[in-house]
Amino acid sequence: MTVGSQTLATLPPPTVPEGHYGALGQMRSEWTKMRSVRSTIWTLVVTVLAVVGIGIVATAVTAAQWRQGGLIDHLTFDPTARSLAGVFLGQIVIGVLGVLVMSAEYGTGTIRATLSAIPNRPLVLACKVIVFGVAALLASEILTFAAFFIGQELLKGTTPYATISQPGVLRAVAGAGLVLSVLGLFALGIATIIRHTAGALATYVGVLLVLPLILQAFPVSFQHATIRYMPLVIGENMAATRPDIHAFGGGTLLSPWVGFGVLCAYTVVVLVVGGVLMVRRDA
Amino acid sequence: MRPGQVTGFLGPNGSGKSTTMRMIMGLDAPDAGRVTINGRPYSDLPWPLHEVGALLESKAIHPGRSAFNHLWLLAQTNRIGRRRVSEVLDLVGLSEVARRRAGKFSLGMTQRLGIAAALLGDPGVLLFDEPVNGLDPEGILWVRNLLRWLASQGRTVFVSSHLMSEMALTADHVVVIGRGRLIVDRPVAELVTQSSGRVVKVRTPDARRLHPLLQEVGATVSTTSDGAITVEGLAAERIGDLAAEHGLRLHELTPMTASLEEAFMDLTRDSVEFRGAAGETVEPEPPTMEATG
Repeated sequence: MTVGSQTLATLPPPTVPEGHYGALGQMRSEWTKMRSVRSTIWTLVVTVLAVVGIGIVATAVTAAQWRQGGLIDHLTFDPTARSLAGVFLGQIVIGVLGVLVMSAEYGTGTIRATLSAIPNRPLVLACKVIVFGVAALLASEILTFAAFFIGQELLKGTTPYATISQPGVLRAVAGAGLVLSVLGLFALGIATIIRHTAGALATYVGVLLVLPLILQAFPVSFQHATIRYMPLVIGENMAATRPDIHAFGGGTLLSPWVGFGVLCAYTVVVLVVGGVLMVRRDA
Repeated sequence: MRPGQVTGFLGPNGSGKSTTMRMIMGLDAPDAGRVTINGRPYSDLPWPLHEVGALLESKAIHPGRSAFNHLWLLAQTNRIGRRRVSEVLDLVGLSEVARRRAGKFSLGMTQRLGIAAALLGDPGVLLFDEPVNGLDPEGILWVRNLLRWLASQGRTVFVSSHLMSEMALTADHVVVIGRGRLIVDRPVAELVTQSSGRVVKVRTPDARRLHPLLQEVGATVSTTSDGAITVEGLAAERIGDLAAEHGLRLHELTPMTASLEEAFMDLTRDSVEFRGAAGETVEPEPPTMEATG
């Protein structure tokens, strides 16, 4: 590059567009933001490894060890849930992506450029939510369906296996993808409130993984009354064709769709609080 | 602030220059008062990048993103085409590194990228917060020429600095703030002239004969350590004429202008003395800033 003597070309006359800035341009911009940094690509690679990779390992190991399993194992076996075993780790990875999409704006100062171009802060947040939400949903659905079909192929011949038309299977596979993408938005909402990558990530992982552990310090009756509202439990329940109450120390679970509604409500609350803070605070 | 000239925004570190700029951009909310651009608050501009361009002191670039993508994502929000992105990259001399990660850029290159972002929408109002901070002499010269060139096209250029000398070279008009308050709002030339005490430096081998002649016409004369004499109260032309009438040789005849730095010191001292004499500090109204472009 040349420094110093610089030819200053004459600018063409300004062409100011008609109308007003809007959501379409901002959504395009958000898409450019997401695809133009490496962290998105890497997180996506890790998500594939987590959801599909772990699904492959889990189903392959189950098939290999099937004959050693006991009668109860065989009777409670849920082939759909087994092929979706990677969704658990996928929830954490997609949370990382959701956090980064927002916290990177604040961490790098890009938010000031963003808000200089589009001063309407709720619009900026809404466009981010839509673009990330749609991208996360597409990626999650592709991954859960891939994990399911590959997993069932690996189980076939050795163990009972599921087909997509069996009761509850389509709901579990598509629902697991929905849960993943909503958790990503939940993480994005947390990052809008906390604005620091480390703090937002710790909070997200804390709510997802540590909160159910903390519950164990409380009386059993309290555990049974609250465990069904934990995001992790809601996700696990969605990704199975039959409720596994023993996995979380007992208690009744919400139906998968009611649980999903609760998860969506958490996400909306976190995003609205984030949006209000975004408008009130200095950028 | 007026179009077609560079307005310097001066003040010591921590005096509120950056905060003022952030308030203009609607990034920080003022406690009181309001800021308008072309009569509107920033948030009411239909296409902000087409009206105001800003280089804020704090970096606003993701280190992992390429220069092109950084500009492109801003361009998309304000319906600016890809061609314009290439144009501004050319203008600041970053075309060759447009696809490289901005995190690898030198300070000068980062600053140029910030300037390119400010120019994206071809705005009539430009804000630059400490644009020469940390740049090498070549970079400083480049920025200085760019600012003057932008103003010459009829744009309103508002540039902050804590370096008075920099502003003396760049600005037409200065606004000085101290501890968050407006101290001066005046053209640079006027500021310098006012503080210049009509002092002329004279170097002559005939100092001993010139000296009494000057005193005769009422000038105050003193001898400096390097043998020159300084004359106060008489214009350079008159000194020259006087010497010629008496057949005296002059080797140097220089009217001394106060630097902006000295002018600034004078002003702030005045305001301090004034406040002391009045015996009270007047709480001014929060300033309302108006930029037209």
